[in-house]
Amino acid sequence: MTTSSSTESLARRTLLRFEGALNKIFGNDLNPFYHLGALGFFFFWVVTVSGLYIYVFYDTGVEDAFASVEYLTHEQRYLGGIMRSLHRYASDALVVVMLLHLLREFILGRYRGARWFAWFTGVPLIWLLLAAGINGYWMVWDKLAQYSAVTIIEWFDWLPIFSVPMAGYFISAETLDNRFFTLMSFFHVTVPLFILFLFWVHIMRISYPVVNPKRGLALGMLLAMLVLSLVSPALSQGPADLGIEPGSVGVDWFYLFVSPLLDKWSAGQVWALVGGITLLLGVLPWLPHRFRQIPIAEVSLKNCNGCRRCVADCPYEAVVMRPRSDGLHFAEEAVVTPDRCVSCGICAGACPSSTPFRSEADYVSGIEMPSLPMHGLRAAMTADLAKLQGDVRVMVFGCDNAADIGKLRSAGVAVMSLPCTAMLPPSFIEYALHERQVDGVFITGCRESDCYHRMGGVWTAQRLAREREPRLRGRVELGRIRQYWASSADFSGLASELESFRASLRNGRLT
Amino acid sequence: MIKPLQYMGQGLFYALFFGVIGYFSTWPTYTYLQPDETLIKLSFGHAGQLKEACRERTPEELAKLPMYQRKVTTICPSRERADVVVELEMDGKQLYHVVLPPTGFAHSGTSNIYRRIPVKAGVHTLKARLKDHIGEEFNFMHEETVHLVPGRIMVIDFKSATGGFIFKNKNTTQG
Repeated sequence: MTTSSSTESLARRTLLRFEGALNKIFGNDLNPFYHLGALGFFFFWVVTVSGLYIYVFYDTGVEDAFASVEYLTHEQRYLGGIMRSLHRYASDALVVVMLLHLLREFILGRYRGARWFAWFTGVPLIWLLLAAGINGYWMVWDKLAQYSAVTIIEWFDWLPIFSVPMAGYFISAETLDNRFFTLMSFFHVTVPLFILFLFWVHIMRISYPVVNPKRGLALGMLLAMLVLSLVSPALSQGPADLGIEPGSVGVDWFYLFVSPLLDKWSAGQVWALVGGITLLLGVLPWLPHRFRQIPIAEVSLKNCNGCRRCVADCPYEAVVMRPRSDGLHFAEEAVVTPDRCVSCGICAGACPSSTPFRSEADYVSGIEMPSLPMHGLRAAMTADLAKLQGDVRVMVFGCDNAADIGKLRSAGVAVMSLPCTAMLPPSFIEYALHERQVDGVFITGCRESDCYHRMGGVWTAQRLAREREPRLRGRVELGRIRQYWASSADFSGLASELESFRASLRNGRLT
Repeated sequence: MIKPLQYMGQGLFYALFFGVIGYFSTWPTYTYLQPDETLIKLSFGHAGQLKEACRERTPEELAKLPMYQRKVTTICPSRERADVVVELEMDGKQLYHVVLPPTGFAHSGTSNIYRRIPVKAGVHTLKARLKDHIGEEFNFMHEETVHLVPGRIMVIDFKSATGGFIFKNKNTTQG
């Protein structure tokens, strides 16, 4: 049992404050920063649908490519033009949410330990998305496409794998073949398909992945994109002419920043930058840091009845069911996949045998955190409760990744911080309230919709609402329980809420 | 926060989010070639001469070969080709100099070049020279006064079969 560290980086504090402000505007449910990954999927689908429409009218050819896009943009402005604009702006938004997603997960430290997989598989997605976008810009074959194509091809020519410079094909209209556009069309379909495949790989080690943003958020984004498409439609920048250097172009900085960079830096330096970023991001989960994961969950077969609750609640698909191996009459047993377990303890909180009402002093649950066994938590809680004084005694359960509840401890308040609030079996609440050991139980953890371990907040709320196993028993007075979700940036609000709860208990107003 | 204020806040967020996207999807414009500049592109491939000359097989050597190998009467001691050296001068000043090694593991392939050279637009005398053997002399040379229009890309190609350098996409003022 540990309390969350009080030392936090400035970036983390800033992010939490910013997200707190967004919570006030959107509510936790629709906060865009809590749905960056899902928004990525959403923008991808907008790009796909609009792209399919554009594809119907797109012609592959040195002359035809530009003309077909112009037709779509101007002759069919009411639909084709809007589709083209949506295609561009959703692609740009995809890059923005992808970078924000990456930055956010980094700042919040959600890439270490078993979470390396999602982080690592996300790295190639960055380059593939950029490649697909750059490729898309070339298909328009306007002045911007010409500038981008020539500079990028020159950049690739720097690699010692091409004996004949490919940029030579862009010397004049005669050297450029229609097949180039056929090839680009092919890439523009196959690369996004591969991206979609990698999206699947990216989320394959998490349970209940959120791949669709909440309807309100999706609608808001779509409407805003539509408005932008009408106010500032995506336009071409004049037909490409390989005999004329455009000299000045309007650049899409989300995708085409490499070309201006190549103007300032040598091709080798830009390759070194790309390689360096890839390498750094790739090895980041394994770089030395202060984070230390506690020992992973362990199954005690003697106490496991194969009920599957741990499997249902594990947010990382780290627990699976296998045929029984110990001869007991149950069909299955829980098995922990070590390299997927993040030691959140949610499985232990879901196990029906974790109840503190068991008679043995050193009882063992079906699945336990070896460093935080349930009998140890019960003993610690009982000892803490015995020390409580005053007219209103409250037990606070919290989470190591949220507000530091250690600072709430007082003569009338006992605290217990867990790796995740959902490690707490509801029976512990009943146990604390049993025979008036305490007057009330206060539950806290990460902000709503932003659980460090993904599902902890949701599972806890559902268990207390008696909607999910293990449910809080009906005989427990709900008025003696209060939930308040708070990050480390919300400590003052948390302290006030606790005081308000204690006051309500004191006054007998059990609300 | 009351609902209308929340909606206003959300509207502001969306406006800001897509305002940034809308702006940076086209602006700021990037200028990489000044209005008084133009480009010369050197782009061609040329195989240098063999470093060691080939010779005809003697009748005695041919007689020693099986019948099916006697059709090839020339023998080359090495496939290795000489580097191709290219120089470009503009108005008497050296603009570019490059030594292009032959491609391939055996150094027997063509020497290739693609180079973009920004220059001031205007009337210039351009002299291109190429050497494709191990000696000192440049064996191909072409000089021409050209009018380089701003933004227009002049391409310098090379084809030994048609006499050497070809200046394309330029306004000639003097041959």
